[in-house]
Amino acid sequence: MSKEEVKLHGFWRSPYSRRVELALKIKGVEYEYIEEDLINKSPELLKYNPIHKKVLVFIHNENVIIESQVILEYIDETWKQNPIMSQDPYERAMARFWANFVDQKCLPSLRKALWGPETEQEKATEEAKENLKILEKELQGNNTFGGERIGFVDIVANVIAYWVSVYEEAVEKKILTEEFPALCNWRNEYVNNSIIKETLPPREKSIAHARAKYGTSKASS
Amino acid sequence: MTKVVVLLDFWLSPFGMRVRVALAEKGVEYEYREEDLGNKSQLLLQMNPVHKKIPVLIHNGKPICESLVIVQYIDETWKNKAPLLPSDPYQRAEARFWGDYIDKQIYSCGRRLWTTKGEEQEAAKKELIECFKVLEEHLGDRTYFGGDNLGFVDVALIPFYSWFYAFETCGNFKMEEWCPKIVSWAKTCMQRESVSKSLVDPLKVCHDFVLPRRKTLGLD
Repeated sequence: MSKEEVKLHGFWRSPYSRRVELALKIKGVEYEYIEEDLINKSPELLKYNPIHKKVLVFIHNENVIIESQVILEYIDETWKQNPIMSQDPYERAMARFWANFVDQKCLPSLRKALWGPETEQEKATEEAKENLKILEKELQGNNTFGGERIGFVDIVANVIAYWVSVYEEAVEKKILTEEFPALCNWRNEYVNNSIIKETLPPREKSIAHARAKYGTSKASS
Repeated sequence: MTKVVVLLDFWLSPFGMRVRVALAEKGVEYEYREEDLGNKSQLLLQMNPVHKKIPVLIHNGKPICESLVIVQYIDETWKNKAPLLPSDPYQRAEARFWGDYIDKQIYSCGRRLWTTKGEEQEAAKKELIECFKVLEEHLGDRTYFGGDNLGFVDVALIPFYSWFYAFETCGNFKMEEWCPKIVSWAKTCMQRESVSKSLVDPLKVCHDFVLPRRKTLGLD
């Protein structure tokens, strides 16, 4: 039997490639990780992703897949152990809906609130908190969005669980505060989860980078 | 509500049309409810409190929102007829990728095209044509994006055919000149009743909605 080829072209700071790593680890799938240099993208990457030229590329034998949510569903459908999505169509629809909400509404509003133009930050913070309120309600006292265990939405929401606190520290501003007790609890459980911990980038290195990139307005004032 | 399946929609929404096509392909009977987007119903606000947008599919009282999420739900729930997504995980991933591409590119370029003028409009038109050319290349020699049968990507894209005439009128160009394969693909899709009965008249989209709106916005 020929060996399966599973490769992931990612970037250490990117939450998107970390999502894929988390799914592979949950399923116990062995893979080769190739760290990409964002400025000098490898010829292999450009060959596989000519349209978007983005860093995250997942390769399984001859199959090349991009876009983290698409990759996650592929992984779940290919390696069936430890499912990250329910088999029930309604629950799957809910998972997709909330994952879209995180990526299309929450993350842009959080980015704007944390390092957007200062003139727009107050409004952006309000919007970000509104979105967090919605997620807080959806969590409804469960430990994870997946219900009993880490699922599709939890994996996609990794940015909120980890990267937000990194940026909060770098720019010295808090958004995910105690006014969101369910989210705070979820975040604590998340970063202390033994499998997830392995997929998080080193904290100090991440903060240093974020501070250098986004913390300048505070540092220089 | 008495019907098991209810669709909250707006007549010219390409997102709503996707759901109509999917339901028709599966032969699902449903109640269609037209929403007044300027005066949204209590039901819509209750069923989609997060976004307050159409389309919303209500199945046995439970709401499903976001058109491509709805289409996948329909495909997974009414499995016995007209599969929209293939069974192979890689082909499914491909289909989802292109569905996402259409969502991110076609709608926003198209919208910019009909809501702007001058240089901004020219840029939007160029970008829109580029996106359709990328899709044309992906279609290749196939009858449908789904191969021999209408699939997920076809359902995601075909509603925009109702908007081609509006795009062409606003941007002063002909889709056929730039993307002939896309136009012939669309005409093939329109031969299916599920599509022709779900899409709206392109002339109506242009004359009853887009052009009057442009006038209100002071663009023409």
